[in-house]
Amino acid sequence: MENFDIIIIGGGPAGMAAAVSAKKAGAENIVILERDKVLGGILNQCIHGGFGLHTFGEELTGPEYAERYADMVRDMDIPYELETMVLDVAPKPDGCKAVTVISPTRGVCELSAKAVVLAMGCRERPRGALGIAGFRPKGVYTAGTAQKLVNLEGVHIGREVVILGSGDIGLIMARRMTLEGAHVAAVAELMPYSSGLKRNIVQCLDDYGIPLLLSHTVIDIKGKDKLEGVVIAQVDENRVPIKETAKLYPCDTLLLSCGLIPENELTSAAGIRIDRRTNGAMVNESLETSIEGVFSCGNVLHVHDLVDFVSEESARAGENAAKYALGAKREKCESFDIETGNGVRYTVPVSISPGNADELTHIRFRVGDVYKNVSVVVKSGETELVRRKSRILVPSEMVDLLIKKDKLQGISENIKVYLEEA
Amino acid sequence: MTKELTCICCPMGCALTAELEDGKVTNVTGNTCPRGKGYAETELTAPVRSVTTTVITQQGIPVPVKTKTPVPKDKIFDVVRAIKALPVSLPVKMGDVLLVDVCGSGSDIVAARTVENS
Ligand SMILES: Cc1cc2nc3c(=O)[nH]c(=O)nc-3n(C[C@H](O)[C@H](O)[C@H](O)COP(=O)(O)OP(=O)(O)OC[C@H]3O[C@@H](n4cnc5c(N)ncnc54)[C@H](O)[C@@H]3O)c2cc1C
Ligand code: SF4
Repeated sequence: MENFDIIIIGGGPAGMAAAVSAKKAGAENIVILERDKVLGGILNQCIHGGFGLHTFGEELTGPEYAERYADMVRDMDIPYELETMVLDVAPKPDGCKAVTVISPTRGVCELSAKAVVLAMGCRERPRGALGIAGFRPKGVYTAGTAQKLVNLEGVHIGREVVILGSGDIGLIMARRMTLEGAHVAAVAELMPYSSGLKRNIVQCLDDYGIPLLLSHTVIDIKGKDKLEGVVIAQVDENRVPIKETAKLYPCDTLLLSCGLIPENELTSAAGIRIDRRTNGAMVNESLETSIEGVFSCGNVLHVHDLVDFVSEESARAGENAAKYALGAKREKCESFDIETGNGVRYTVPVSISPGNADELTHIRFRVGDVYKNVSVVVKSGETELVRRKSRILVPSEMVDLLIKKDKLQGISENIKVYLEEA
Repeated sequence: MTKELTCICCPMGCALTAELEDGKVTNVTGNTCPRGKGYAETELTAPVRSVTTTVITQQGIPVPVKTKTPVPKDKIFDVVRAIKALPVSLPVKMGDVLLVDVCGSGSDIVAARTVENS
């Protein structure tokens, strides 16, 4: 059996950033396993700009961002295997992890690693899960599938378009379809706020006069073989459609942009504890999961809207995986759970052990609603660790808090993260 | 006169408030970084946008491209038409200039990905 220091599962921005920093931290025997034919993950189809402002100080498109990281991987001689799908990860009695893969060159084969980094990204919520009446005619796509068809395969998918869900991919695709010559009649969003970034509403919808219908949803899909139209209705405060407001939008294309779910089948099968709020693994301050030596980062850990955050997080996971693989032991000291209070939907990590914390510990979270003029407060007992004022917090934007190591020393109670009126 | 707008220079999307006097921006608040001020000034006088799209190469494979610098907002569709009409053949390297001074905007069209001829 082939042995590695670190196996990184997934060659998207998360996997690549983890590999680069693991190598920098001294790990030698690393491999990235990627099921696709190329490195880069989802970024290859995200041809729009907006990536890399924090990491590279300039605005790049997705493919450019991916290529820069892929070049780093190649320049550092980090091995990667493409068309290699990981089927299973399992801890072994000796503390190493068995990683079962299938690939054209290896066939089905078991590898072993001291440390594993999970970087499998996420996938779109399938439309079957969306419970809309009517048939499933040709012309109904998830927004990400449409993005792939248009941008990577050069396929024309329709002329008259309606988009359900105002997540970023839906907004980006509204502009993309417009530039490809289609007419986008409307973007309907069930919630009273958009789940996409404000800048995308401005530059993808407002710029092209595409209406955003908040508190609206698709209640019927017309057409049997080919899509002929959709019926959109307003919803009341309980998200129940108001029949009288129903209106038919004739169209040949419906894009569903209804969110992403971390791809954690491997993770669950390995017996790693999953956080029901994020559908990602529960991790400590070192981004280590409930199985020692298995780390998680990027969209498989929690859905990110900023690739720069993915790269930064993954670099930390890679560095910690390297430390682990090189034999560093965790300090045996107390760990404190992070509890969420008012407004805070989840946190990553879910616990912090002050003795094992880096100089700066990140706490990342999303809020459950739109909040104006609030302070984010992090407390352990009576000790206030962080207080940060915000003019506005929205569910679509991840919050990133930093806690200095010395602040954490001496805490003796669980940590609480919540919002307070400012 | 004051104008509210959202900075689109980066995904932070800061909510800006700009003071306008005789068509000139005199003060900007709400920006987290200096780019926000510059954005408000151009957006309220001569708005520009970066454009990204694909060129279908002679091999039938799309290559992502972008405007190297932003172009006037009212030229977006002209720019896309000019890009779509480009004859491009593989291989293409990231950063290759495929068209100079697109539609007289002063901006070039560059390839955003290396695509080999496979
Ligand atoms: C459509 C879309 C638009 C976005 N727009 C922006 C934007 O404008 N600006 C911005 O900053 N961010 C944006 N993001 C966010 C950012 O691109 C993502 O957060 C980032 O790409 C996530 O990186 P990742 O490596 O975690 O996941 P991915 O890029 O999804 O990579 C995961 C990789 O793992 C591989 N994999 C999965 N399972 C296995 C397995 N079992 N075996 C082997 N390989 C496996 C996959 O093939 C894939 O290559 C966008 C995201 C999406 C989806
Ligand atoms: S002001 Fe600066 S930080 Fe805020 S959105 Fe604009 S560029 Fe980003």
